[in-house]
Amino acid sequence: MVSRGLKRLYTFLIFLFLYAPIIVLIVFSFNNSKSRGVWAGFTFKWYVELFKDAEILKALYYTLLVAVLSAIISTILGTFAAIGIYNMPGLSKKITLNLNYLPVLNPDIVTAVSLMALFRFLKMEFGLATMLLSHIVFCTPYVILSVLPKLKQMNKHLAEAAMDLGATPFYALRKVIIPEIMPGIITGCLMAFTLSIDDFVISFFNTGNNVSNLSIEIFSMSRRGINPVINALSTLMFVSLILLLLIINKRTEKNEMERGV
Amino acid sequence: MTVGCGEKKETINVYNWGDYIDKSVLKDFEEEYNIKVNYSMFETNEDMYIKLKQGGSSYDVIFPSDYMIERMVREDLLVKLNKDNIPNLKNIDEKFFNLDFDPSNDYSVPYMWGTVGIIYNKTKVNDVVDSWDILWNEKYKDEIIMLNSQRDTLAVALKKLGYSMNTRNVAELEEAKKQLLIQKPLVYAYLGDEVKGTMVSGEAALAVVWSGDAVAMIRDNPDLEYVIPKEGTNLWFDSMVVPKSAKNKEGAEKFINFMARPDIAARNTDYIGYSTPIPEAVEMLPEDIKNSKAAYPADEEIENTEIFHDPSDIITEYDRIWTEITSGE
Repeated sequence: MVSRGLKRLYTFLIFLFLYAPIIVLIVFSFNNSKSRGVWAGFTFKWYVELFKDAEILKALYYTLLVAVLSAIISTILGTFAAIGIYNMPGLSKKITLNLNYLPVLNPDIVTAVSLMALFRFLKMEFGLATMLLSHIVFCTPYVILSVLPKLKQMNKHLAEAAMDLGATPFYALRKVIIPEIMPGIITGCLMAFTLSIDDFVISFFNTGNNVSNLSIEIFSMSRRGINPVINALSTLMFVSLILLLLIINKRTEKNEMERGV
Repeated sequence: MTVGCGEKKETINVYNWGDYIDKSVLKDFEEEYNIKVNYSMFETNEDMYIKLKQGGSSYDVIFPSDYMIERMVREDLLVKLNKDNIPNLKNIDEKFFNLDFDPSNDYSVPYMWGTVGIIYNKTKVNDVVDSWDILWNEKYKDEIIMLNSQRDTLAVALKKLGYSMNTRNVAELEEAKKQLLIQKPLVYAYLGDEVKGTMVSGEAALAVVWSGDAVAMIRDNPDLEYVIPKEGTNLWFDSMVVPKSAKNKEGAEKFINFMARPDIAARNTDYIGYSTPIPEAVEMLPEDIKNSKAAYPADEEIENTEIFHDPSDIITEYDRIWTEITSGE
């Protein structure tokens, strides 16, 4: 009994520490003052200002656009790359895998500056295209890493059996391999999406003069003070994510009930 | 001129500090001149410098600080402004012309200025605050906040010792380091922007701050007061410049001219809280800012101030000394 109480307390404390900053942020998004030090009464004005602030809404648009596109593209690239790497012979597989680890272990700033140098060398105009490309570059290795273990778990005779029964390789890929590794693909896709939303360093160095995302926008405010409009925006993003998770959970529960699990 | 479909509208790319403009001003400029403004932001002069130097994206108007302008002029990164296109230059107070970093104002037009000083809580400090020495007073142990900024914090110690904050004398810098190490046990924290909340909520008694932040803090907590120490302090400027890589120099000059219009400057100043160099704009401000001694100190108070010079030739010494301070006991 005691240990159960302790476990609960432990879990509670962990969640408290994780969520306390977010709770403070949500509370102060209703604060009637620019300062984060004092409470000056309840207001919705930051929410109203948020929807009037063209720059921040534009940054939100680019953040989501780049995150969705780079998640989709790097998931496709990464999945096929993982299947390819999985079927490689010993030594070249090892080398490719290590090459794939490099961008993951490399500090962000190195990736950022080298990509910047590359785009400059190619004489590309910095903007949405360069930002998107750089996000795809750092997301793809994570997708490969999350798909590979699923391939290892898969019974490798499954695809052969499908082809023995007359499936073309592409049909086998579509109907057998992809569904088998689907959980890995989804994990990779979500990873790519969050990494892209989260990224500051690589975005900062690889964007042009009319494309900026939320992380750049927020970071550049940090010397003069973060505008409370950002609190309002973060609150809305947090609430919509919670709602999304609740809906997904409800639906999987329902599905499982229907399937009698 | 009518702008038809597919015809490209004139644009300018503006690069400014974060949260450093009243954004409704941008909309007014777009409507008045039919020029679209692409607005982006940076956090430090050094970030901005890297972005500019590496090219790839071109900016038409940038807002760097004094010492960075000096460096950019030296490295030939800026164009000379055509003063005929900026008639509103006449609005700017004469005392802000011909400063060290741009001796004949060929390259820059001041946007905001300010000082560095001490803000203190009147309910907690009963000594007279008029000197940097108070930051070394053991009575206020754990009640003192210093800036987490190597240049500004070293400047405080150098000024306390009576040296120039632009010193290139390593012995003087070492002495300043010693002072800061003596002070370290008394310091509550080395902070950046968080200093505002900490002072407003009364968690500390004394802090080194930029004047614009002081104005904002005093608005939220009237117990606070801002002082420019008698030994002198740093006077700083953020000015508008046009880089060599600009694609629309005329548009940039129109924008700079617009920003120097008194009513526009007043709106920006009211939003930001720092000080405008345009006297007519000051007159349009709300009473509490207009009469604020923090934002608009008397001339004799800023007599013995210094403007930072470009430190790039001695920056490794600064870095080393700052590391020794932050990691020292």
